[in-house]
Amino acid sequence: MIESQKVAIPEVPDLDLAKLPNATIGDIYVETPRMTARQVRVNYGDKIAIEDVSLDIGSCEVISFIGPSGCGKSTFLRCLNRMNDTIKTCKVSGDIRLNGDDIYAPDVDVVPLRARVGMVFQKPNPFPKSIFDNVAYGPKIHGLAEDSGHLKKIVQEALERAGLWPEVHNRLDDPGTGLSGGQQQRLCIARAIAVSPEIILMDEPCSALDPIATARIEQLIHELSSEYSIVIVTHSLQQAARVSRRTAYFHLGRLVEVGLTDELFMKPQHEMTNNYITGRFG
Amino acid sequence: MIDTPKGLVSPTMATKRVAASMAKRKKSERNFQRLGRGAIAVALAFLVVLFFSIFSKGLPGFFQYYVEIEVDIDRERLDPTDDLSLQSLYDGDARGVIRSALYAAVDAEGRSNKRAAGKLISPGAEQRLRKMVYNDPSLMDTTQTLRFALDDDVDSFLRGFIKRETPEKDRRINDRMVEYIDRLQADGKIIYAFSDYLIFGSASRNPEMAGIYGALMGSILTLSVCLVLAFPIGVATAIYLEEIAPKNRITEIIEININNLAAVPSVVFGILGLAVFIGIFGMPRSIPLIGGVVLALMTLPTIIISSRAAIRAVPPSVREAALGVGASQVQTIFHHVIPLAMPGMLTGTIIGMAQALGETAPLLMIGMVAFIVDVPGSVTDPGTVLPVQIFMWADFAERMFVQKTSAAIIVLLAFLITMNAAAIIVRKKLERRW
Repeated sequence: MIESQKVAIPEVPDLDLAKLPNATIGDIYVETPRMTARQVRVNYGDKIAIEDVSLDIGSCEVISFIGPSGCGKSTFLRCLNRMNDTIKTCKVSGDIRLNGDDIYAPDVDVVPLRARVGMVFQKPNPFPKSIFDNVAYGPKIHGLAEDSGHLKKIVQEALERAGLWPEVHNRLDDPGTGLSGGQQQRLCIARAIAVSPEIILMDEPCSALDPIATARIEQLIHELSSEYSIVIVTHSLQQAARVSRRTAYFHLGRLVEVGLTDELFMKPQHEMTNNYITGRFG
Repeated sequence: MIDTPKGLVSPTMATKRVAASMAKRKKSERNFQRLGRGAIAVALAFLVVLFFSIFSKGLPGFFQYYVEIEVDIDRERLDPTDDLSLQSLYDGDARGVIRSALYAAVDAEGRSNKRAAGKLISPGAEQRLRKMVYNDPSLMDTTQTLRFALDDDVDSFLRGFIKRETPEKDRRINDRMVEYIDRLQADGKIIYAFSDYLIFGSASRNPEMAGIYGALMGSILTLSVCLVLAFPIGVATAIYLEEIAPKNRITEIIEININNLAAVPSVVFGILGLAVFIGIFGMPRSIPLIGGVVLALMTLPTIIISSRAAIRAVPPSVREAALGVGASQVQTIFHHVIPLAMPGMLTGTIIGMAQALGETAPLLMIGMVAFIVDVPGSVTDPGTVLPVQIFMWADFAERMFVQKTSAAIIVLLAFLITMNAAAIIVRKKLERRW
């Protein structure tokens, strides 16, 4: 019989609630906020997913949400365009405003909200339709185009901004699902851009992509940041460091620390942030 | 001593044991394959037997014996008031005209001989002659070679079901008729041809005139009503239950009951139709409208269950994508969920319609088993349907109905295959999975 060898296992730091800070460390405010979230709390039934999260999202900035799995970063992201509404047991409280308007006010319709706050998902999910129809769908249902010529222009421009136009301009009628993974994700970004949102939420947009496709998307995020606010959830610290101006670190449903990306990565204020970005857990 | 578990097996030992277990696994796989092939062989054998029996009996049913005789179309005898009205034609002596032609063909003299000769030809002949001159008056006062169906007993005799050797008193046709038949055959006047009565005729007690046209139209009308009701209601129910309804006790109870309805014997739906539509609402019996409604009730659970499964199979990512660009719930459902679920919904509908097409019991309950000669022109005309027609024919004693029954079964199968093929083509068109 062979004896199992003993391997040195790194000590997992204690995930103790008591270690969480009472308030978020760092500056949650920005000078020109596009979106403001205050004391946001989300419950799934009895379970609290995130609690007491307050954060500003500035105009034309890229902000990354990082943190271990289950820390609530995606949940918070999905609060920003009310995608959580589709989950029956989910209850959101607190105050989230887009340009000063409470998006959870009782008279708010989610349809125009989602037109202003676009979303790109983890897995590329183009509609099972042609490339053109994928991009044209949003403008069509929102009545953005004056005529079919205008619609074509919108589609072209959205694809150009997503950096996909040179690759697909001669096969717009081909199925969107026939593209490669990276192209599909850029198609999804084009689809989000086509409705001219103010903010684009990206939920781990590169986790299903290879490094080259990831680099394309990161470059694209960088280009888009001149016009849109982009919120990106990512598990890749390098990606956060590369693309975002600010970074927010979530842990166990709390926003532990937020700050300019460089500062947060160089001099994390909180012990947990430090542990996470130095790779000691997460 | 109790044998305690020894824990993990060493890799060398594991390799040996895996190798040892392979033989057993392979054997069971082989056995399973053999079983599967055997099952398919048995199923195919049954199918072959079924088709052979239906087609061998049914194909002759598409043909029947006709006689060709020279008819002197005498205007005075046929059209006494000379105005070519239907009334006048019915007052006229079409039967006499045909019989004279027949007597001439076989040289029948005397009362008993003439009577025997008269029995050779189908009573449908006179009606056919009337129709012919009504549609084409220029035939009047000419002599035409016309083809009329022979009586069913003659037909059965010619097919050999009624034996020449049987003593005359036990035979349905007497010796004189046999003599005339031989004579007509010798003259080449008896023709075995495609039976137009089968396709264009309606219910009749005379087997040589009986056809499925009325039943076919009844089936088409009934199924149309069924489809028009069941498909939209079924799909709408499925969409509501899957996409919109809150998941609570009430929807759970509804779901369970829908699933239970799928297992209710069809005759119960017939009783329901009888009690509600005919009993309470006082609608007429035997009409395709009620038949269709009853069949729709029967088909609904099938359509709902399969549509729900199809909707559930639509990937949630598509829904999220649609909601993410700001589509409302209804837009998401109509633009994305339904198109993707449509092939599955259609499959359920095909299965439901196929069931409905073959259904007899509930239609018996609402009186669609009545003997109706007129072809239904609308959903409120009394009528019957193919399977009920087959059921009725199978019950009749005349030998010729056996072939007609099999022929009608072939038509029913052809109808079913056409319907399914159409649905499959539609589904394939929609099923452009990107």
